[in-house]
Amino acid sequence: MSVAALRGWTPSIAKPSVLPGFGLTFGFAVSYLSLIVLIPLAVLVWRASALGIDGIWRVATTPRVLAALQVSFFISAAAATVNVVFGAIVAWVLVRYDFPGKRIFDAAVDLPFALPTAVAGIALASLYATNGWIGALFAPWGIKIAFTPLGIFIALVFIGLPFVVRTVQPVLQDFEREVEEASATLGAGRGQTVFRVVLPALVPALLTGGALAFARAVGEYGSVIFIAGNMPFVSEIAPLLIVTRLEEFDYAGASAIATVMLVISFAALLAINSIQAFSRRRFGHA
Amino acid sequence: MPDGVFGEGRLVRWTLIALAVGFLVLFLVLPLLAVFTEALRRGAEAFSASFDDADTQAAIRLTLLVAAIAVPLNLVFGLSAAWAIAKFEFPGKSVLISLIDLPFSVSPVVSGLVYVLLFGAKGLLGPLVDDWDFKIIFAVPGIVLATIFVTFPFIAREVIPLMQEQGTADEEAALTLGASGFRTFLTVTLPNVRWALLYGVLLCNARAMGEFGAVSVVSGHIRGLTNTMPLQVEILYNEYNFVAAFAVASLLAGLALVTLGAKSLLEWRHGDSLSPARRH
Amino acid sequence: MSNRRTFLTALASAAGMASVSAVVRAQTPRDVVLTNVSYDPTRELYRALNDAFAKQWQADTGQKVTIRTSHGGSGKQARSVIDGLEADVVTLALAGDIDAIARESKRLPENWQSRLPNNASPYTSTIVFVVRKGNPKSIKDWPDLAKEGVSVVTPNPKTSGGARWNYLAAWAYELDRTRNDKAGGDQAAARKFVEAIYRNVPVLDSGARGSTTTFAQRAVGDVLVAWENEAFLTLQEFGADKFEIVVPGFSILAEPPVSLVDQVVDKRGTRKVAEAYLEFLYTPAAQKIIAKNFYRPSKPDSADPADLARFPKIRLVTVDQAFGGWAKAQADHFAEGGTFDQIYKPGAKPVTR
Repeated sequence: MSVAALRGWTPSIAKPSVLPGFGLTFGFAVSYLSLIVLIPLAVLVWRASALGIDGIWRVATTPRVLAALQVSFFISAAAATVNVVFGAIVAWVLVRYDFPGKRIFDAAVDLPFALPTAVAGIALASLYATNGWIGALFAPWGIKIAFTPLGIFIALVFIGLPFVVRTVQPVLQDFEREVEEASATLGAGRGQTVFRVVLPALVPALLTGGALAFARAVGEYGSVIFIAGNMPFVSEIAPLLIVTRLEEFDYAGASAIATVMLVISFAALLAINSIQAFSRRRFGHA
Repeated sequence: MPDGVFGEGRLVRWTLIALAVGFLVLFLVLPLLAVFTEALRRGAEAFSASFDDADTQAAIRLTLLVAAIAVPLNLVFGLSAAWAIAKFEFPGKSVLISLIDLPFSVSPVVSGLVYVLLFGAKGLLGPLVDDWDFKIIFAVPGIVLATIFVTFPFIAREVIPLMQEQGTADEEAALTLGASGFRTFLTVTLPNVRWALLYGVLLCNARAMGEFGAVSVVSGHIRGLTNTMPLQVEILYNEYNFVAAFAVASLLAGLALVTLGAKSLLEWRHGDSLSPARRH
Repeated sequence: MSNRRTFLTALASAAGMASVSAVVRAQTPRDVVLTNVSYDPTRELYRALNDAFAKQWQADTGQKVTIRTSHGGSGKQARSVIDGLEADVVTLALAGDIDAIARESKRLPENWQSRLPNNASPYTSTIVFVVRKGNPKSIKDWPDLAKEGVSVVTPNPKTSGGARWNYLAAWAYELDRTRNDKAGGDQAAARKFVEAIYRNVPVLDSGARGSTTTFAQRAVGDVLVAWENEAFLTLQEFGADKFEIVVPGFSILAEPPVSLVDQVVDKRGTRKVAEAYLEFLYTPAAQKIIAKNFYRPSKPDSADPADLARFPKIRLVTVDQAFGGWAKAQADHFAEGGTFDQIYKPGAKPVTR
């Protein structure tokens, strides 16, 4: 088909347009997406479904799997909470204040995005081991950080750090100062203004960032396995259990746990999208 | 900064700054410092000796190769999807956008697992792959596939919102002036999104070189053959060869710093040309 | 010009992949690459052996040989080879794993073990204990592992060969101890004993090296049940001032075998080199290296006497004697639903660290 003939022709699924190339680009995009993402994921679900819903349920509720999911779930939630609190503070400080080195710190926030997880893993493991820079500070009190659930927590805080900051920053930036000034002229103290005027507007962004941090933390592998103790029922995370099952060549078990984790991820995604949709309607921005 | 009712008191301000900076130093700066300190613990000679190892060199080459394949492929996909989504109206557009974001919410381990289930010897296409005598799992193609999966959305999600925001006016103008579709894309659309594209390529590349979990699952861990740099770091670490492990890690950390620097530069200089979410 | 760009990208990628595969498959006919899929603790051993063999092969034939190794739990490695991991030779922890490769993938003949001397084992080892300096929990012999309050580190029998040797050594100990009560030992007592030990196990790593890391580096557990060679290596790597080896009075003779993978070497044309590589492991030069790396050489005459003197004298039993061979042991204990599955209930008892 010549280019001239393609011009202005779009398959009936799209509204007619003067621009050409819909068929080609849409077709390629959808094929690539299916081949790389959708079909493999479908195979996973299909493989897991060979066990049947009750089979998957049985695997998912064995004590060890439940414990691993609990460890992943609760520590991720705790890490996400810390990231919401400190992420808000960091975002506030970066948007509202000026101090030496601010630009560098602003850029550094994205480090967990750019740094390979294995590098983060060994760095954190050596930092928090009993003879590491930070671990040594706590060792005299008998507090062990590396190779305990506390170590997992530290790694997950690191991993989720940018999510809250980067979600809150644009919202805070666009926040209209007039509203704050109005609140002040009406007699509110600074604290009241911040907590009852500014913060509520940030809540959707905080929630979105927290949910993103949580979703990322639950599935994290590389940065956690070096610093976790990997002990079942204590410090074994769900992704590690999947790898263990794979190494035992228990494909069905691995698929079942992976499916459960997929469901959790999708639920988090759904929550994020709902928060964003709600926020768009209420505040006009995500 | 106004004080009093229009701003926080100086005490509050500096406390918050201290808290924020302390948090960032603890979680970001210290690990980075640890990497470089451990790498140089035995001096510069031991550091450079780490790279004389043939397996380490092979790991570096493999990492570069995998990125060299994954990033361009995802680039083509990102541009294709962005063109289709931004310049046309069709039902299910938001579904497509959500699907593109899927790999973000999948654990890296699961990303590797899906390919083992598809191409492994006991997988769906296993016997077929065996017949063709083409190794996917436990070989380089498997690593490439898993890396493509994990870095799939990076470029697309930088370019799509921007192209959506830019609309079709420029392209339509070019077409009425007689340019062909491809020429329009090349000379009108691409320059409009070039900084966002570069931004996405940077992120995609950093992740492609640094992926660990997904690659660990599909690789055979054959030294010198199917080990990427992150896997090599793990092997060296497990063999108590800490200096070498951190030396390779410092290479990757250096790459991360370069990525961050380039990213920041793009944001400061061309912030307006980036996707809406990036402007801060 | 997205078409042109796509085309160029595809071309570049194809060229890239082609050039790398060319590099990997040996640039000139004078270069050959072998893949040795081995078990977990042999990393240092094969680094030394491969260097020596490459030098010798170059001197003898002028051909450059590069040997790539992969290490991991023996069972896991065997399954990988069955699943398609392309190995020219396998050097695993126990005969049962290579038998499994022969049986399930047909890539090598079932009589593989008779092709090389000493049941195809160029080196042997045994199972000992590693404890922290000063031996605070006073671990002296096998029964101490089952005591309350003792934390035992051992790998996962489903993936690790060393783990299975550990398990069988414990079982064999109890059989031996009760040999006067019942002919061949009291199986029920042995099962109870091993069950008690596994109740003291807080974590199962996938390979012997992983367990060593957990015990020595992460400071988990009171005693590590390990390959003798791994025990010596632990003291060397982490310091004899931090750990000590406790030698039980009785243990099992571990015979890690080696074999060609016929289907692969014939397809890749590497049979000659691979056979020479395996035969090399029995030569005096190699046996010396083996002893130096804390493995018991099958031909001790060639080894340095000082290295040999390090090996403690232990009363050893073989898998054939105690369990009727690996095929039977694997089926009874480690197959799906075997005794290990029946007795290992993680989380059944609170973990003491």
